Amino acid sequence: MGDFSTDTISHIDREFISDLLRKGERLDGRAFNEYREVEIEANVVPAKAEGSALVRLGDTSVVAGVKVLVGEPYPDSPDEGVTMVTAEMSPIASPLFELGPPKEPAIELARVVDRGVRESGTVDTKKLCIEEGKKVYMVFADVYPMEYDGNLIDAASIAVNTALLTTKYPEKKWENGKVVDTGEILSLPINNVAIEHTIAKIDENLIIDTILKEEFVQDCRLTMAIDRDSKFTAMQKGGGPGPMSLELVDKAMEMALEATKDIQKTIEEAVKTVG
Amino acid sequence: MAVYFQKREVVVPGQLLAEGRYRASFGTYDEEGKIFSSLVGLAELRGNTVKVVALEGAYIPKEGDLVIGTINIVAGNNWKVNIGGPYGASLHANNALRRPYSEDISEYMDIGDVIAAEVIAFDRGSGPFLGMKGRDLRVLQGGMILEVSPAKIPRIIGRRGSMINMIQDHLNIETMVAQNGRIWIRAPSTEILRLAIKAFRTIEDQAHTSKLTDRISEMLAEEMATIKGSSKPEEEVGPEEVSVPDDSSEVESEPEPELKPEPDATTEAEEEKPVEVEADAEVKEEDEKQTEEVSEE
Amino acid sequence: MSPEVKPDFLISPEGLRIDGRRPDEMRPIELKVGVLKQADGSASIRQGKTYIIAGVYGPRELHPRHLTLNDRAYLRVEYRMATFSVPDRKRPAPSRREREISMVIANALKPALFLQEFPKSVVDIFITVIQADGGTRCAAINAASLALADAGIPMRSLIPAVAVGKADGKLLVDLGDEEDKYGQGDVPMAIIPQTEEITLLQQDGSFTREELNEAMQMGITSCKYLHELQKEALRRSYVKKTPDNGDEDDDDDGSYEDDLETDLGEAELMED
Repeated sequence: MGDFSTDTISHIDREFISDLLRKGERLDGRAFNEYREVEIEANVVPAKAEGSALVRLGDTSVVAGVKVLVGEPYPDSPDEGVTMVTAEMSPIASPLFELGPPKEPAIELARVVDRGVRESGTVDTKKLCIEEGKKVYMVFADVYPMEYDGNLIDAASIAVNTALLTTKYPEKKWENGKVVDTGEILSLPINNVAIEHTIAKIDENLIIDTILKEEFVQDCRLTMAIDRDSKFTAMQKGGGPGPMSLELVDKAMEMALEATKDIQKTIEEAVKTVG
Repeated sequence: MAVYFQKREVVVPGQLLAEGRYRASFGTYDEEGKIFSSLVGLAELRGNTVKVVALEGAYIPKEGDLVIGTINIVAGNNWKVNIGGPYGASLHANNALRRPYSEDISEYMDIGDVIAAEVIAFDRGSGPFLGMKGRDLRVLQGGMILEVSPAKIPRIIGRRGSMINMIQDHLNIETMVAQNGRIWIRAPSTEILRLAIKAFRTIEDQAHTSKLTDRISEMLAEEMATIKGSSKPEEEVGPEEVSVPDDSSEVESEPEPELKPEPDATTEAEEEKPVEVEADAEVKEEDEKQTEEVSEE
Repeated sequence: MSPEVKPDFLISPEGLRIDGRRPDEMRPIELKVGVLKQADGSASIRQGKTYIIAGVYGPRELHPRHLTLNDRAYLRVEYRMATFSVPDRKRPAPSRREREISMVIANALKPALFLQEFPKSVVDIFITVIQADGGTRCAAINAASLALADAGIPMRSLIPAVAVGKADGKLLVDLGDEEDKYGQGDVPMAIIPQTEEITLLQQDGSFTREELNEAMQMGITSCKYLHELQKEALRRSYVKKTPDNGDEDDDDDGSYEDDLETDLGEAELMED
């Protein structure tokens, strides 16, 4: 049972995927702990977005863009800027996505990616203050899936983090009760990077980076955000009602830890391509 | 009187194809004696009929089509079946079961079951009606379903089944190729299944090119040789099958007789005798015919 | 993310535009067909810095059912701008502007489509503006038309579109962002190329009747140029897929078992 339980899952698909996994195989020949090829193109919206990235995981692709605005701080944190991730499941990406206001899966996608960014303290929001109690930077990272062949969460997480790491924005200061440009261009104050890794449970098997056919038949999935120090900063079990044993959760953590180093490296390389 | 396209030319919507007394057929439209393409596809002239073989497009049902669908609703004596394309299909129990049958027809086939069925009636006012009384029509078990563009299915079958027979020959797999773009495949190993998928994807991609059967055959022969070279000898495929098959007439050495290549398409292809005349030659011929007709009037 | 400043002039003393173009010169245009795997048809367009992706699904079953048309397919267009496609972040919810543009795009494309071939179904066009730098509705039409052809939707013709405008008193084709913002008017239009009939026409600003007639003539000329680019992009998407050894045909075609023309499309011929 995947995220789109309204669609009838064919018995043939279900048995086919299960049988393969029982034999230790996946349709595309990957190992259970192996990602599809990760392709990152940074700065794809150079003229309008402060940061952006296109990420491909096999036939899944997402575009993320960052806008840095000036706004008022929340009353309970007057000296802190704001970061926020939103996501849409634009119907362009899949016949399964419907027109209309964001539904639960889109909200979950946004919130899970958002937690990964926020809880790891990726952006040092204290440094996003322009004038305490008056003006702060507000950093919006918005995600648009373009092609959906499974595992949107990880693709979105990679895209959002790459976009944040490559963000350049004009510095502002508070002068005579007004916000003015200083003429300097800044990068975001980045403290940490946490990437999300999603592992699906199908029967007693765990697989990372599911394609859509696998996602359809998964019992559930577990998403884990892991930072540069191999700390877990956010988790989400979703994608179906199937229960998961402690043992499997631990095994999933191990798989995610193994995968995260390579992905972090790929992101670093993509970031380097942007001046 | 003129024809403005080359043989096998990929044409685009709005492209002028012919002028004069030609008949506009599939994929074309006639505006004041001019025939234009309405699709992206391969332009073709048969007799004085101009048509465009679609290279893309949704599945539109046709009586007699073999389709593969997934049951998504059981309602009274009807199953609703998703066959892709714009029209959901229904299958009445009378057209699938021998009477008397139980009141609860989900005992026979239920939501999620994948079936091979025949389109027994369709008009665009009411959705397609399916039947399962023909040979080979059944609930499919095991294997996998590959989805390809329905427009590419004729190419995957090939003339008189040449393409699909060749693939089955090389790989020793069972397939059922349905007109709605779904291919059921059962293969002896995952490796061979992947190779089959690769073959079908390649055909899909290159459906507009010539000598495709040859290229696919070469690729399969090569890759099968590698597979056999590297894997354990338990593979049941005969080693002599690596060679390119010269003919596709006697394929059926497989254990299960009901798993023949798609029967309808094969017959259809046989009915239509291939026209081997060069397009240009044909034009001239038609020109002559046309003048004759005109003078008769 | 360049800060927006009003330029001193839009037409230089030499008669050139701020990006160096002549008045009747389009920006560089790149069209690609088949850019999305999941969509039934797709295309992207880069026109100057404008970058748009269009995806088509269908004809497919229509939900909700009350929209069903009994004699033809329903054409549904959704034009959306990514929040980060503009200098100030656009609010994520669809704006009134986006809804109106969706409608005019549908109306621009509809006259070319044979929607009566698929009664009761829907053809969906989803358009995402990744980067907006002027002329997005016209660029969207150029891409959407290609995406429809790529999806195999039957049509009379591809539909090209372009915005003509006025700045510093001069008529200009294919307005850029600044020309649009600081100029004296904008005439986005789309045509059916064979007949030169207009399927999209909007205008804002201030024009005389003579100027409008001239602007539309310029638009038609530019649309015809765009139409050539569209056709080329569509054909290229197939040429690209042809393997190198696929061109050694032509010697023994007649007898060859794998003759393309007899393989494909037997089914359709029986129809009529």
